[in-house]
Amino acid sequence: MTAADLRERVERLLAEHDPATTDRLDFLRARYDAGLAWVWFPEGLGGLGLARGDQGPVDALLAEAGAPGNHPERNGIGLGMAAPTILRFGTEEQKKRFLRPLWTGEEIWCQLFSEPGAGSDLAGLATRAVPDGDGWVVNGQKVWTSGAHNAQLAILVARTDPDAPKHRGLTYFLCDMTDPGVEVRPLRQITGEAEFNEVFLNDVRIPDSQRLGEVGQGWLVAAATLDNERVAIGGAAAPREAGMIGKVARTWRERPELRTTGVHQQLVESWVDAEVARVTGVRLRQKLAQGQPGPEGSAMKLVFAGLAQRLSGLELELLAEDGLRYSDWTMVRPDRVDFTGRDAGYRYLRAKGNSIEGGTSEILRNVIAERVLGLPGEHRVDKDVPWKEIPR
Amino acid sequence: MSTNVLATPADVDLLPTQDGEDLRAAVRSVLAAQCDPTAVIACYDGDRSVVAPLWRALAVDLGLAGLLVPEEHGGHGATARDAAVVLEELGAAVAPVPFLTSSVLATGLLASPTATDAAAEVLTALAAGEQVATLVVPWSTGPGDVPLLGSDGGAVRSVAGAVEADVLLVPVAAAGGTEVRAVPVAAAEVTGVPSLDMTRQLADVRVSAEALAAAPVVVADADAALTDALTLGAALLASEQAGIIRWCVTTTVAYLKERRQFGRVVGGFQALKHRLADLYVEAEQATAAATWAAATAAEGAGPDAGPDEARLASAVAASYCSRVAVHAAEETVQLHAGIAMTWEHPAHLALKRAKSDQIALGSPEQHHVIVADLARLPGPTAG
Ligand SMILES: Cc1cc2nc3c(=O)[nH]c(=O)nc-3n(C[C@H](O)[C@H](O)[C@H](O)COP(=O)(O)OP(=O)(O)OC[C@H]3O[C@@H](n4cnc5c(N)ncnc54)[C@H](O)[C@@H]3O)c2cc1C
Repeated sequence: MTAADLRERVERLLAEHDPATTDRLDFLRARYDAGLAWVWFPEGLGGLGLARGDQGPVDALLAEAGAPGNHPERNGIGLGMAAPTILRFGTEEQKKRFLRPLWTGEEIWCQLFSEPGAGSDLAGLATRAVPDGDGWVVNGQKVWTSGAHNAQLAILVARTDPDAPKHRGLTYFLCDMTDPGVEVRPLRQITGEAEFNEVFLNDVRIPDSQRLGEVGQGWLVAAATLDNERVAIGGAAAPREAGMIGKVARTWRERPELRTTGVHQQLVESWVDAEVARVTGVRLRQKLAQGQPGPEGSAMKLVFAGLAQRLSGLELELLAEDGLRYSDWTMVRPDRVDFTGRDAGYRYLRAKGNSIEGGTSEILRNVIAERVLGLPGEHRVDKDVPWKEIPR
Repeated sequence: MSTNVLATPADVDLLPTQDGEDLRAAVRSVLAAQCDPTAVIACYDGDRSVVAPLWRALAVDLGLAGLLVPEEHGGHGATARDAAVVLEELGAAVAPVPFLTSSVLATGLLASPTATDAAAEVLTALAAGEQVATLVVPWSTGPGDVPLLGSDGGAVRSVAGAVEADVLLVPVAAAGGTEVRAVPVAAAEVTGVPSLDMTRQLADVRVSAEALAAAPVVVADADAALTDALTLGAALLASEQAGIIRWCVTTTVAYLKERRQFGRVVGGFQALKHRLADLYVEAEQATAAATWAAATAAEGAGPDAGPDEARLASAVAASYCSRVAVHAAEETVQLHAGIAMTWEHPAHLALKRAKSDQIALGSPEQHHVIVADLARLPGPTAG
């Protein structure tokens, strides 16, 4: 398909569904059906089988015409993690059923991976899924589940074979969060608000048609999700001075009375680092444009977390007296993650999560050392041991 | 004064091209055959016999001396992108050749818009590999205020590339403004000095009033030309540093996969794995920053970006890559431990080059001043 064909497709969509008069959801659905949602996805699944790089011009044309967006910030887990995993491991029926409402935002997704006893050691999780008729019955507890209070669906990893070594006894499911057995309780966090939750799964019934990948292959599927997650967190395209550096730089420009030599040195050095990170992200996306995300995405996530934390801390120092104040400790349950929103104190506290969520920076260093550099794996005491015999 | 560098430039292509990879392979094979670390280490004992044949192979046989020389002067008219590939390889081998000083910095200066006809003659000789030139400023000089000689001549300390040079490009404060004069090395006094990095040995240069007066002006009205050449030099120095960093990471990872202590491969100790992971992340970023600087020097960053984009990219890459190259070389020594402290092991070549490169063509602090200006982050005292 040539650039002109693609442009014509966009124009046809706009002609047939004038954004000024078309209902928002109708427009998004029509855009999906026209293959203009994510053009690198296959035809019939919101795409046209083109290169990832072809999405930019499409988005620009649509934005120019005043077309409504699908609020990607409200469905980060769906778009960043569930969608690529379903595309890669799903059956045709699963792709048809789940991808469209995911993209339009009609169905918001969350990620039921972490458990109180299994965070970094995700493969050690204890939530059980037991076969029952043409489906499964799931029991267990998940924790730190971002956005579970808004989600209709979840990606879920559960243990289906406690007798197998931990990585081999897992299976991956698509879980309906509106099932009566799903109970979501807010977990208030360091910032005061409740962005994440505890999720209790009590006899939750999942039909076998919502199993993603083979029984016992859950780790393989989950690993692909995690690679996508790291790229989604660290690898997003961002303009110059996006994110935390933009916040601090603007404060510096607008408030000359706060400027000190020490902060200036740190700020300029961080500006350099942020710009280098931006350019590295450009290069990473150019590399990834062809293939699946691999462990390289971990590098960008590490960089992103480090920068966000350094800069948000610096911003509080720069603000001096104002840095001592905090806007609001009220517990709210936000419908999106807002890394750079609210005031500087919030940013400082929220950024602490950047090196924990989606894999801690320590785990990411292990991933890079082992999977990119080929250094020996960690010393393991749980290898080849049936999961149920591992001391907990 | 800065134009619009805060606007996001269009993405330049930062991935290797096939031509670039072919060039890399050619440079690499010459280096493998003719740039043995043992011979390079001998430079520190005053034995520079590796230099001339290696430079001949690179400059003449591969034609690298004329890489950036415009075609009308007998060169290849290639871009900074190609030079960046060459410098990555030269950096990885810590090759003792005057490519950066002569084929990048001097060539860049001689190809500037205010160059005179006399410059064309020098460029042709450079492209043919018949002559080598260098800019006569202290090697620590960054893009900005360039130290000038008066018409009565004088001395310049710590000049890089002068030991190898046939032609000295001397910036002079003349009555009509700044100009660059091409002084033949025979008319000047060049004294090699023991240098922290003997693979890019420095020299003290003395030029008399008579020698200056007799030398042709190669660049008139030279302030902008000098800044641009030094900006290009700093941008491409970053690629040399990216090459050093790659060598450090690859060599250290390989060593730690072999070396055993406590009954284990030491690369399996998590404390070391994490340090290497951090180095890998820094290396990826350094490569991206250096490639961006070279690509921006070559092509600009699209129609919206002004000339400041190239200055910004150069200063960002220079500051970042300097820092990382020193870190990578220091980690290489620490993680190799005893063996790296020996004269035979090439780790010290990388360390000495990396630390010297950090100071060369403007310190990180000088580059930060440029960034602060362009990014509109004025210091506390500047209103
Ligand atoms: C804001 C936020 C949102 C989140 N959202 C979600 C979500 O939506 N869904 C979800 O499933 N999870 C979510 N998480 C959970 C997150 O994935 C886990 O917190 C994370 O994987 C770490 O697990 P843990 O908290 O149990 O820490 P632990 O694994 O107990 O780690 C404790 C410390 O030990 C270190 N450590 C552990 N293992 C190693 C090792 N092998 N080598 C070196 N150091 C090690 C860790 O780095 C850490 O410093 C979220 C977390 C946060 C903070």
